[in-house]
Amino acid sequence: MGGMTRGYLLRRVLIFFLTIWIAASIIWLIPRLAPGDPITAMVSRMLSRSGYIRDSAAIIEGWKARFGLNDPLPVQYIRYLSNIIHLDFGYSLAYFPTTVNEIIALALPWTVGLLLIAVFITFILGNFLGAVMVWRGTPRLFRMLIPVGMIFTSLPSILAAIFLIYVFAFLLNWFPMMGPYDIGMQPGFNLAFIGNVIYHGTLPALSIVIVSFGYWSLGMRGMMITVEGEDYMQLARAKGLSPFYVLYRYMVRNAILPQVTAFALTLGGLVSGQVLVEYMFSYQGMGSIIYNAILTQDFPVIQGTSFILILMTALAVLIIDLLYPLIDPRISYERG
Amino acid sequence: MATVETTPSDAVVGRSAPPAKKMGRFNRWDTPWINPKLLSGAALIAAILLLGVLGRIFWNTDLALTGSSPLNLPPVGFTSTRNLVGTWDHPLGTENSGRDLLALIIVGAPNSFLVGVIAAVVGMGVGIFLGFSAGFLGGRVDDIVKLLSDVAVTIPALMVLIVIQSLIRQVEVTTMALLISMFAWPGPTRLIRAQVLTMRESGYVQMAKLSGASTFSIMFREIMPNLIPYLFASFIGNATGAILTAVGLETLGLGPQRVPTLGGTIYYALNAAAILRGMWWWWGLPTILLAIIFIGLLLINLGFDEIANPRLRQASH
Repeated sequence: MGGMTRGYLLRRVLIFFLTIWIAASIIWLIPRLAPGDPITAMVSRMLSRSGYIRDSAAIIEGWKARFGLNDPLPVQYIRYLSNIIHLDFGYSLAYFPTTVNEIIALALPWTVGLLLIAVFITFILGNFLGAVMVWRGTPRLFRMLIPVGMIFTSLPSILAAIFLIYVFAFLLNWFPMMGPYDIGMQPGFNLAFIGNVIYHGTLPALSIVIVSFGYWSLGMRGMMITVEGEDYMQLARAKGLSPFYVLYRYMVRNAILPQVTAFALTLGGLVSGQVLVEYMFSYQGMGSIIYNAILTQDFPVIQGTSFILILMTALAVLIIDLLYPLIDPRISYERG
Repeated sequence: MATVETTPSDAVVGRSAPPAKKMGRFNRWDTPWINPKLLSGAALIAAILLLGVLGRIFWNTDLALTGSSPLNLPPVGFTSTRNLVGTWDHPLGTENSGRDLLALIIVGAPNSFLVGVIAAVVGMGVGIFLGFSAGFLGGRVDDIVKLLSDVAVTIPALMVLIVIQSLIRQVEVTTMALLISMFAWPGPTRLIRAQVLTMRESGYVQMAKLSGASTFSIMFREIMPNLIPYLFASFIGNATGAILTAVGLETLGLGPQRVPTLGGTIYYALNAAAILRGMWWWWGLPTILLAIIFIGLLLINLGFDEIANPRLRQASH
C-alpha cells in the first residue's frame, strides 16, 4: 500500500475546513445565545464610566444599524463567514485607524518564531531523552530525569513561566523579564540584535520546553520499548553493528514515527500555552495582543487574533497529516 | 517509575506495550487498586479539598472580599519590602486590595475542582455515548463520530473560549465549566471508540454474542467493566485539561469575576506587578496550590494507568 490515497487526502482537507468552519461558528453563535448585544453592552460600559451620555438609546440604535445587528441572524451569519473567509476582521477599536490585520502582521512572526524554536527544542530533547531511556548503554543516573520531566508535564506553562520569571529574572537577574528585545534597540538583521532576541527569548521558550518535553520522552520511551522487542533489532545486534548505529538507524527511526501523529494532536494545547507564556513575558506576540485587547475591550482584535491562531493550528495539523504518509510508508490510509 | 506512558491526552494511551507484571491474586491486599501513585495523588487532592472544607469552618471566608483586611501584608514571620510585618490575623498575608490570601485560596481552590468535575462529567457522558455508538454501530455513525472528534481535537479550545468569554464578560464558575466541556468530549470519545473496537473482536464478546446476549447487555455487562480503569483515567485527564483551560482563562482576566479563583488571583497579582514588588506570597500561593492540584491529578492518572494496562494486555489476546 503506502503513499497517499485520494480518500485520505480528501478526508484531511475536509477535516481542515470543518475545523475552521465549526470553530468560527461556535465563536459567532455562543455569544449570541447570551442576552444583550455587543453595542448595548459597550454603550452601557461607557455609561458606567463617564456617567451620562445624551441620547444613548439613539446611539445604540444608530450603531446597531451601522453594524447590521438589526438584520436577521442568518444574514449576519453569512456576512460574518464571508468576512472570515476574506480574513477581514475590521478595525481595532483601541487603535482605531489601524486594522486588525496590521496588528496581527506585527505580532505573528514573533509568535511563530518562538513557537517553532520551543517546539523544535522540545521535540528533539524529549525524544532524545525518551530514546536514551530505553537504550542499553545509558547510565542509571540519566534515567532518573524522566520521572522529573513527567512531573513538569502536568503543570501549565504559565506556572513554569511565573517560576522562571521570579527565579531567573527577578531574583538572579540573569535574563530580562519582558519584551522580545531591549527597549530602544533598533530591529535589524545584525548579530547584536539577533543575540538580544535570543537572550530575551530564552525564558519564554524554556517555559514551554520544561512543561512539554516529558510528554515526548514518555511517548518515545513507550515506542522504543516496543521497537526493542522486534526481530530486526536482534538481527542488527547479531550483525555486530555498533550500539550507536543500532540506536539511531534501527530504534529511533522506527520509534519516532508515531510521535509525529501525537504532535498533531497536541498542537492546540501548545498554541494555547504559548499565548499564555507570551502574555506573561509581555512578548511581542499574539498572546500580548490578546491580553491588551481584553484589557481595552478591543473585540475585533480578540476575534481576529484567536481566529488566526485557530487557522494556523488547523493548517499545521493538515500539513503534518499530509506529510505523514510520506514519512511512514508502512501504514495504509484506505480509511482514516 | 511507571512502565506505562501517560499523558493528559488520552488519545495516545494505547501506544506502548508495557512489560508483563506478575500478579498473584490470593491476598486481598494484593489488589492493583492499592497503588502508591494512585493513593498519593488522591491524598494530595484530598488535602486541597479538605483545605476548602475545613477552611470554611475554621476561617472567616468573608476576608476574601475586597477591603476586608489591611493591604499588602506579608505572611507570618516575613517582613515585606515596605517593612510591613506579617501577623497571625492574616497568616498567609494579604494583597493589594485588602483580601486575605488564606481566605482567597480556601474559597478559590474548590472552584478549580468544580470546573474540572463538571467539564469532565459532561465530556465523559458525551464520550461514552458517542464512543459506544461509533464502536458498536460502525458504518455511517462511526464515520461521522470519528470525523467530528478529529475536528474537535484540532480546535484550540482556549482560543475559542477567549473570544466567547470576552464577549460574555460576566461568567459564573458553572457557565465557564460548561463552555469548557464543549471541548472535553473528543478525548473520551476517541478512547472509548478505540477500546470498543478492539474488544468487539475479542473472544468473550464473540462468546456473549453467540450465546444470544443483547447488544445492550454486551455493552454494559461485558465491555463496560473492562473499560472502567480507562474511564477513570480519561476522566482525570479530562478534568486536568479543563482545569488547565480554566486557569488559562482566569489568568487572562476572563474567569469568573465575582468569586475568587486561583487563576484570577494570579491575574490580579501579575496586573499589580506583584513579582517586581517582591510580594511573592500573592502569586506564589495560588501557583503552588495549582501545582499541587496538577501533580495530584497526574499521580492519580499514572496510578489508573498501571491498573488499566494489564487488562489491556489480557483484552487484546
